[in-house]
Amino acid sequence: MTFIFTAIGRVVTELIRFSGQTAVLGMEVLGSPFVGKMRFGLMGQQLVRVGFGSQFVVVVTGAVIGSVFAAQSYYVFSSVGLETAVGSVVSIAMCRELGPVLTALMVTGRVGAAMAAEIGTMKVTEQIDALRSMGVHPIDYLVFPRFVGMMISMPLLIAEAIGFGILGSYLVTVKGFGVDEAAYTKNLKLFTELDDVGIGMIKGVVFAILIVLISCMNGLLVRHGAVDVGRRTTQAVVTSSLSVLISNFFLSILLNYFFPI
Amino acid sequence: MVDLLPDKPSQPLDRGPWVLEVKDLRKSFGSQEVLRGLTINIRRGETLVIIGRSGGGKSVLLKHILGLVPADSGSIRIDGEELCGLPERKLSLIRRKIGMLFQEGALFDSFNVAENVAFPLFEQGLKNRQEIFERVRDALQDVGLEAHMAKFPSNLSGGMRKRVALARAIVSRPDIILYDEPQSGLDPVITDSINLLIRRLQQKYRVTSIVVTHDMKSAYQIGDRIAYYRDGNIYFLGTPDELKSNPDPIIQDFIQGRSRPEHASE
Repeated sequence: MTFIFTAIGRVVTELIRFSGQTAVLGMEVLGSPFVGKMRFGLMGQQLVRVGFGSQFVVVVTGAVIGSVFAAQSYYVFSSVGLETAVGSVVSIAMCRELGPVLTALMVTGRVGAAMAAEIGTMKVTEQIDALRSMGVHPIDYLVFPRFVGMMISMPLLIAEAIGFGILGSYLVTVKGFGVDEAAYTKNLKLFTELDDVGIGMIKGVVFAILIVLISCMNGLLVRHGAVDVGRRTTQAVVTSSLSVLISNFFLSILLNYFFPI
Repeated sequence: MVDLLPDKPSQPLDRGPWVLEVKDLRKSFGSQEVLRGLTINIRRGETLVIIGRSGGGKSVLLKHILGLVPADSGSIRIDGEELCGLPERKLSLIRRKIGMLFQEGALFDSFNVAENVAFPLFEQGLKNRQEIFERVRDALQDVGLEAHMAKFPSNLSGGMRKRVALARAIVSRPDIILYDEPQSGLDPVITDSINLLIRRLQQKYRVTSIVVTHDMKSAYQIGDRIAYYRDGNIYFLGTPDELKSNPDPIIQDFIQGRSRPEHASE
């Protein structure tokens, strides 16, 4: 029995310590532009890596989820004669929940893992020590450009996923099932408001902060060679994904209070 | 590859000011006490060679001098400025006076050779591309790798990576250069040329060097003074001749590479 409590205690302690370290990293990142050197070239590189590099996966995810959700909604709604409402249901769901969450999860797998692995490898091969030895602060050089790249890319990627989700829904419902286009479009415009898109963007910013800080922190915490790089990379993806899902719940409650449907 | 130079500086070094002062430095990792009140001073333009058994903490000492590892207690002063306890951003400014050759090179694997060597120059704010190119080429010429500028570290042998790292350490002409086993993994000819290069930097730019090595021939060739590091402290400090003539059996065993049965268990 004791070992169960010991194990739980160890996990909780580790979680609190990691949260504290990540919070400190966040503070250092926010302070970086005021006390460190701005590296616009590196920020541009990260924008390309995160934003441009995630195009395919985000477009496919958005389009497929929008299409599948539209098809399922159509089967249910058509039985009660509400098939023209499919567009608005898909649109609101994509804007408020599916677009931000699924995009964040895809970006976590693609970009967060790469961040943790890259920084972790630099750590074990003394490349970060080499940076420091040349008077370069690792936060300025490694973390802040990734933070900027993610903060700019994530809301845009979410907007893209929402757009392709709605397009997929339109193609399935109107072109595939033959729902009246005018009624579909009218309902979509009537029920989708700017607030819905705004909620998606706000979530995008929060998820971007969580993914970049958790992934970079895991990379910086690598200590012992290739095995630890792999372990920390896995941990970065798992922790980021769980943080996205859990924070999404609280964000949904909070944002629905301020921007009710 | 490099100009042949006299083995020792023509000017005596025992009158200059201390550029680096390490006093009562202590560091433990868990229960293992690595540095035990280590004290040593180095004059400007001096080459100090640190010898000692592997895994004893010589590299840890170099990392302390750069501020890469925080000391438990003690003091490290560079040009009179205290390093211990300084925040990372203030340390960054002091580190620009220092170049370091890491044991494994620590080259940036996403940069090619020229980009690696140019990195400190860009960080110092140099903008003139022609000047950067010339300095990178000169540094690579010094280590005999000017023909490999476009290669990536993964395409170089261990010895070549070490020489690129050396070029990167010297390209910005720092006041102090720390060498962590610069000769390991190199053939005797390249080792000799690296030793000559270290002497030439001292002669030409009055660079202060601290060299950690296990190669006794190199230690005698480049060291103005040699420190024998043992059990977390400096066991002996003196000129190469004083080291050679010291009758202490522990020192003689080390410099002559003699093992004793009790060492096998250490």
